[in-house]
Amino acid sequence: MKKTVLALLLVTITFLPHVVSATPDRGTLLSMSCAACHGTDGKSPGAMPSLYGKSSKYIETSMLNFLHGKRVGTVMNRIAKGYTEEEIKLIADHFEKIANN
Amino acid sequence: MKKITRRNFTKIIGATGTASLVGMPSLVFGASKKVVVVGGGFGGATAAKYLRKLDSSIEVTLVEPNPTYYTCPFSNTVLGGIKNMSDIAHGYGAMKNKHGVRVIHAKAKNVNGNSKTVTLDNGRKLDFNRAIVSPGIDLRFDSMEGYSQSAAEKMPHSWKAGPQTALLRKQLEAMPDGGTVLICPPGNPFRCPPGPYERTSLIAHYLKTHKPKSKIIVLDAKEKFSKQGLFMSGWDLHYGDLIEWRAGSAGGKISRVDPQNMQVETEFGMEKGDVVNFIPAQQAGQVARDSGLANSKGWCPVNQVTFESTLQPGVHVIGDSCIAGKMPKSGFSANSQGKVAAAAIVSAFSGSSPIEPSYANTCYSLVTPDHGISVAKVYKISNNSIVGVKGSGGLSPKKENVMTRQKEAEYAQGWYDAIVQDMFA
Repeated sequence: MKKTVLALLLVTITFLPHVVSATPDRGTLLSMSCAACHGTDGKSPGAMPSLYGKSSKYIETSMLNFLHGKRVGTVMNRIAKGYTEEEIKLIADHFEKIANN
Repeated sequence: MKKITRRNFTKIIGATGTASLVGMPSLVFGASKKVVVVGGGFGGATAAKYLRKLDSSIEVTLVEPNPTYYTCPFSNTVLGGIKNMSDIAHGYGAMKNKHGVRVIHAKAKNVNGNSKTVTLDNGRKLDFNRAIVSPGIDLRFDSMEGYSQSAAEKMPHSWKAGPQTALLRKQLEAMPDGGTVLICPPGNPFRCPPGPYERTSLIAHYLKTHKPKSKIIVLDAKEKFSKQGLFMSGWDLHYGDLIEWRAGSAGGKISRVDPQNMQVETEFGMEKGDVVNFIPAQQAGQVARDSGLANSKGWCPVNQVTFESTLQPGVHVIGDSCIAGKMPKSGFSANSQGKVAAAAIVSAFSGSSPIEPSYANTCYSLVTPDHGISVAKVYKISNNSIVGVKGSGGLSPKKENVMTRQKEAEYAQGWYDAIVQDMFA
């Protein structure tokens, strides 16, 4: 039994590197909205600031400041109000995570 | 029996190229995961790329007739002489080479959710486990007396970017100074609600700079329009009496067009233009209607969490063709829906229920090349409907300094650069 499990595990591990296959989590889903302005994975090709490589703390603080009117923006002050503080944390963590992977 | 060495195994598996490599894990793990995406625009291209990004064991085939895609967003900058057609042209190279999507340049004729096949116009059939249909809009040439496909060669709609954009630009260039441009926007719902008014702005920009004695009359089917206050104060500021906008009830509503004499009929009489941009009413793209995905009004009802059609199983409809609650028909909306649908399909393949979705739309318009305005909204699911998150989004402030307007114009370009990268790179 143990051997079978181990063998199965080995097969899985062997194939894993070739395949990204997991149900996306909510942080991933929420963050995909950002990409339409900030680029895929937050890598901006133009005038928008990149989110890729920014720390979770930085993104969270920026968004909370927009949300609570402590930071003046052109559009982010309006967009931040579409998310709860928990959702902002999920988004911030997501961008930190993908840069570290 | 021949021993299967590792090398042989790779050979056998790799025999038909990357497609089988991609398919390999599904063979190992059981069920096959094939998705056919119909339409390579803001919805379809995004969905195809994100399906592969979220789960690279899914075999994705993208069916799109045109090898070059011209974006409707920023096509108004071409009309205004600010950009060229090549600036809004994009190809599918990265889709094939970087994301491993099989791209077939053909027209899809039919999508069948029961037999799970897409039929192409050359008779070829593609089978799928899930399909995503994102054909954009079709123009209803039958919706206005006198208008037709051939009338559109004289009175271009330019509401699908490409040759129609180039044609309208050519007409504007050929028009003498002192000429009249008629712009005729349709009633709701239609693709890109602020589009006709950004178009009015950027054509006005061109006329003001090159043909200052000319004028634009907007003959609107509606009483009000998207970002109206921001557009109209911008028009006052930059264009004065170069632009005249007429509401539907104030002589804007058109009952007939006469392309031979370049006239349109309103309740107050005939109006003549040197250039006439008539934008007809719209409906879901033909393949969606021909596949029984549309309702009697010509739009496609879908489950608001997964975008799966309520009329055909296993077929998801996204973008301008679908009915998506409070979301406007925009490129950004289609991009957002493409991602939500891709995630829902990944979840379905893994046997789990879809993740609670989140959708967004931000829409920039240019009043001049240096005066940008925007409207934004974040959307969520409430009682199985897509509704705006209360307090989120809204318009650029009515009173704003020149620098902020300029910043928004820069961000309009920044948005464009990012979203086309998000789709095509």
